[in-house]
Formats: sequence, structure tokens, C-alpha cells
Amino acid sequence: MTDIAFVRSEIAPAMPAPRRVTGILAWLQKNLFSSVTDSILTILAVLFLLWLLPNLYGFLIGRAVPPGGTVEQCRVENVGACWAYVASEIEFFIYGFYPMAEYWRPNIVFAMLALLGLPLLIPKFPFKIANAVLFFVVFPIASVILLSGGMFGLKYVPTEQWGGLLVTLIISVVGICTALPLGILLALGRQSKLPIIKTLCVCFIELIRAVPLITVLFMASIMLPLFMPQGMTVDKLLRALVGVTLFSSAYMAEVVRGGMQAIGRGQYEAASALGLGYWKRMGFVILPQALKHVIPGIVGNFISLFKDTSLVYIVGMKDLLEAVKTKNDAIEWAAPTQAISGYIFAAAVFWIFCFSISRYSRYWERRLNTGHKR
Amino acid sequence: MIKSLLSVALAAGLGLSASAAYAQTAASPTLDAIKAKGYVQCGVTGGVPGFSAPDSNNVWSGLEVDYCRALAAAIFNNPDSVRYTPLTSQERFTALSAGEIDVLSRTTTWTMSRDTQLGIKFIGTMFYDGQGFMVRKADNIASALDLSGAAVCIESGTTTELNAADYFAANNLEFNTVVFVDQDEVVKAYEDGRCDVYTTDSSALAAERSKFANPDDHIILPEIISKEPLGPVVRQGDDGWFNIARWTYFALLEAEELGVTQANVDDMLASDNPAIKRLLGVEGDFGTPIGLTKDWAYQIIKALGNYGEIYDRHVGPDTPIGLARGLNALWKDGGIQYSPPIR
Repeated sequence: MTDIAFVRSEIAPAMPAPRRVTGILAWLQKNLFSSVTDSILTILAVLFLLWLLPNLYGFLIGRAVPPGGTVEQCRVENVGACWAYVASEIEFFIYGFYPMAEYWRPNIVFAMLALLGLPLLIPKFPFKIANAVLFFVVFPIASVILLSGGMFGLKYVPTEQWGGLLVTLIISVVGICTALPLGILLALGRQSKLPIIKTLCVCFIELIRAVPLITVLFMASIMLPLFMPQGMTVDKLLRALVGVTLFSSAYMAEVVRGGMQAIGRGQYEAASALGLGYWKRMGFVILPQALKHVIPGIVGNFISLFKDTSLVYIVGMKDLLEAVKTKNDAIEWAAPTQAISGYIFAAAVFWIFCFSISRYSRYWERRLNTGHKR
Repeated sequence: MIKSLLSVALAAGLGLSASAAYAQTAASPTLDAIKAKGYVQCGVTGGVPGFSAPDSNNVWSGLEVDYCRALAAAIFNNPDSVRYTPLTSQERFTALSAGEIDVLSRTTTWTMSRDTQLGIKFIGTMFYDGQGFMVRKADNIASALDLSGAAVCIESGTTTELNAADYFAANNLEFNTVVFVDQDEVVKAYEDGRCDVYTTDSSALAAERSKFANPDDHIILPEIISKEPLGPVVRQGDDGWFNIARWTYFALLEAEELGVTQANVDDMLASDNPAIKRLLGVEGDFGTPIGLTKDWAYQIIKALGNYGEIYDRHVGPDTPIGLARGLNALWKDGGIQYSPPIR
């Protein structure tokens, strides 16, 4: 006999959550209409998108002239983007004045950059040391020989004829690969206890940081020739390369110094206590920690270096943007939306590269995030 | 007696040194350097259609580019022996005086201050540019003198604005401007019908017109109201090179005047006309004294044609730029292009 009137022998089915907290309506209310101000902003934003998106679609796709179209199709009232123009001039955007018969040479360089560079960026890929030797020693030499020619039966192509994306990539890859090591050395020099080295580094960094890049390039293109003996000239690409590299190394130095100052004094002392010399102390203890802290800063510098390459038009180099600007005046494709189509293309290429660099750096931040998360 | 002998000897010595000096003017260090390196280094614009811009094969082409090619043809018998340096307008004169380029052929206006103060010499006027007016065809305006009271789209703070104001005042026309700060805005405003007239340099007018949806609806009026003589420039101090540069330009004009074209130049070698014989080096030798070959002008015309052909190829009425010859016609056709005789 038992007094128990009711025993639950199985768990009651869960009730559905209240309507106010789940489902699409609740999500809308929570995220878009949680207050009067929010509601007004949401409605305005939706109206803006309703106005923008059809126009954007119409310009970029709907009314646009696809690749393969003719200039007559682009020369009508209210036409969209003239992609036919971009497609027809894309070779100039990529290679500049590089002779058409020799396009295979920059193509090989692009392929080498991808085949040697990408594995270097992927940590899982084996043979890192061999890969690094290939990329940092063999690749630059091979590229210079291939691109400028004049030996092994290759036709000589002076750097004045290099242009477009080719020049943008050359300057940014060389700049990125040399600015970081130079910047680290400058940062170490600035913290050094040797007075001459310290003074030199401080002077260099402060001088360069106090001058706009455009001024450095102007100096290289207008003043430098006046100092040189008559008839002696420095290659324009080299001028641009040196200018851009020195400039970004000064900024890099300050970023790295910031990272080093974030490392506690104990780390320095502990490294010294282990009996490590200066270079081992820096290379094995301080820098690995310091650089990890400043990845966003370093990558920010890389991205701005990549975009700054478009300033080399000052020394008369035709980088990607300048090549686009040149062809925007091309009379064969003269049309109402010619220039804007060219600029959109240039912007898209810059965006792809810069966004990739930025995503890649996020990956490294997460990978190196060993207990420092704040 | 001894005195007179001495003076004779002195005079002879002077005469010798004088003729040595003449021989030296013929030799040109720039030409020697060009021959040694094997190409002419030519300063051009970053890209002005018709004058110097990459063509559809991504090779430099244009009126001013062809001048550099003519120099190469005269020196090397090969118009392709040229390398181009695109220059901004700020660095062009530095590049020339520093020796980075041998000749500057870059839409440079010949002015007194440039000619006399910068250590450079203008060779001549390859293209007489000047400010012009563009109107809509539908408005039935035939002359700039009909523009009284018309709304003129103009870029503020430029010589363009001042020139137009002067011209309207001088001709007692009512000057009615719509002012913008940016060239692109000016063009847009004209295109949108906010004004009746658009004014800037005539070569730029033509280039802008070709970008309109219906270029044929617009005409460029015949009046040119300012002087913008564009010409190639060389360094001062090398007269031999200056002579070569100048007479290369004159040879192009002379060939057009004599009816020598790229197509008929070989037949013209057999011509009886003494002027043609002298030009093509059949009779007399005018090339060797300036450091070139006897058939220098033949090589130029064979490679590029005469001035008229070059003009028509790049900026003439049949090109998208579509500029009539106007002032750039030969003197005998009502223009002011004129070559001194080659003799």
C-alpha cells in the first residue's frame, strides 16, 4: 500500500522556449528593433540598402558591358561599368610596357612567387629550410635574370618597360622581405648600449618618420640626379625600391621596439642568468615573444607598404594604379564609364591582396596565441 | 718684314684654330653618347592620347613619340632604337639637365622663361595648341564670336579662365561663367547641359569629347584664343645635338611640303626636283656635316612618313581625337608650319 498518488516515471518533455526569446521574430526584436532609436536606424539602413543594392547591381552587372563587348556598347547613355575595357587592357595593367612576346618571363616569376612563397606561408608544409633558401636566395636572382634579360639569349628589357601589377608585386615583396629584418635591426640598435649605433639608429628612424614617403621619392627622382655626375643615372625601379624599403623599415623598427618594451624585465634577466649572450638572448627569448605581441602592427605596416607602392608614379614607374590611370585616357576605349571601371578593377585587386594579408595574419595570431589571451 | 711675316703666321694660326672650332661644333658629345649606348633616351608624358601614350599593343605611340622615333631613324636607320622615360611635369626639366634623357618630347609649352632660364633649348613647335571652345552641334554656333551671353563651363583659377575673360572682353561679348574647381566636374557639367560652352586647350577638348556618349553631337569651334606652342626640348650647350634635333623636325616639314611620303619616298629618289634630291641625299650631302649619314632624311621618311602623315596618324581628323590641321597646316596651306630650305 502506498500513499504516493503520483510518481513521474519518465522525464516530462521539454516545453518549447517562450516565443519572446527564440525564432526569427525574437532575433529581429533583440538585434534590430530593441528600442525606438534602433528601429529608426534599422529602417533607414534597410531603405539605404534598397536604394544602393539595385543601383550597384545595375552598374556592376545589369547595365555593364561584359568582357568581350565593344567600345560602341560602352558609349551609350546610362551605361554600367565597361568591363570590356578592363578585359581588353588587362595585359597593360599586369605587365605595363613589358614586350608582349616576352610575357612568359614575368609569368614564370609570378608562378615561382606562388609556388615558393605559398608553401613558406603554410606551417604544415615540409622542407622549410630548403624552401626558404630557394625563396630568399635563388628566387630573387632568377627573377632579376629572367625579367631584365640580356644574358642566356634573353632579350634585354630595361626596367622602364616593367609595369603594372608586376612592379607593384616586386616592390611590395622586396619591401616586405627586407623591411622586417631591417626594422628588427634598427629596433635592436635603438635599444643598444653602444652610443654610436644607438645615435645612428635614432637619427635614421626619426628622420625618416618625420618625412612623408612622397618627399623621399621626390628626392630620389628630382634631387638625386642633380647630385650625380653628368650622364650617370640610378635605375628608377631601384630608387623606388630603396625609398620604399628604408621608409617602411623605420616604421617597422618602432613597432618592434614597442613589442620589446612589453616584455617584462624578468625575461631579460632570466635570459642573462642562463648565461646567454646578447644575440642568443634576443633571438631565443626576447624577440619571439616581442614579435608575437606586435603581429597586428607589423601586418598593418605590410598592408600600408603594399598600398604605398602606388606612390612610385612619382619616379615615373607605372605600377598597377598608374597603369590603370594611363589606360583610362586611352582613346580607343573612350567611354563615359571608362575611368570608373578601371579604378574599380584596381581597387578590387588591391583589396584582394590586402584582405588576404590581413586574414593570414589573423591565422598566425590565433596559432601563436599560447596563453596570452586578454 | 719680320713683323709682317709674324702677323701672317699669326693669322694663319688663328684661321687654323677657327676652323678647328667649326669642326668641333659639328661633333656632339650627346650624339657620341647616343651612338655608344645604341639608343635615344626620350622623355615623354605619363600618357596623353595622341601625343605619347601606350597604344593597343602596349607600345609608346603618338605625335611626340614619333618625333623621337624620327631621331632614332636619322641616327641609327632604325626608328625602334628609342627608350622612353615617362616624366611628370615637375621632373621633366631636371631629367633633361641631369642627362637622364637626351631629348624631352613631352607636351612642353615654349615660353621665354623656360627657354632662357632653365638651360634648355626649344627645337621648334611640333604642335600649335591653344585654348578652344566646344559647343553642342544642335545650338548652331559656328564661331566663338557668336558666344555672347552663353554659359561657359570653366575651371577656376586657371589661365584658361583668364584667357577666356580677355577674349570675351576684347570682342565685346557678354562673359557668363559657370565655375568649377576640378576639370572632371567641368566636363560633367557641360555634358549635363548646365552650360553651353566648354573651354580648355583644343587637344584636351578633343580628347574629352571622345569620351562622351555621343561625340558627334559636339563641335570644336575654329577659334584658338591662346598660344600654346608645344615642342621638343634639348639641353643647352650641345649645339651639334641641337642642330640634329632641329633639322630632324624641319626634314619632316620639308618632306610634306615637297610631297614626299612614306609610300613614295623610294620613287622620289629618282625625282628631278633639286629640292627633293637635296632632301633625300641624292644630290649634295647635308647629313655628314651634322654627324649623320647622307640619306638621314630618307631614313626618317621611310620609317615614319612626313609631318602631315604623322599628324594624321595620331591626332588628325580621321583619328578618335579628330583635330583639324588648323595652325598646324603648312604655310602654303594656310597654317604656320614652315621649314627653312634644306640647301
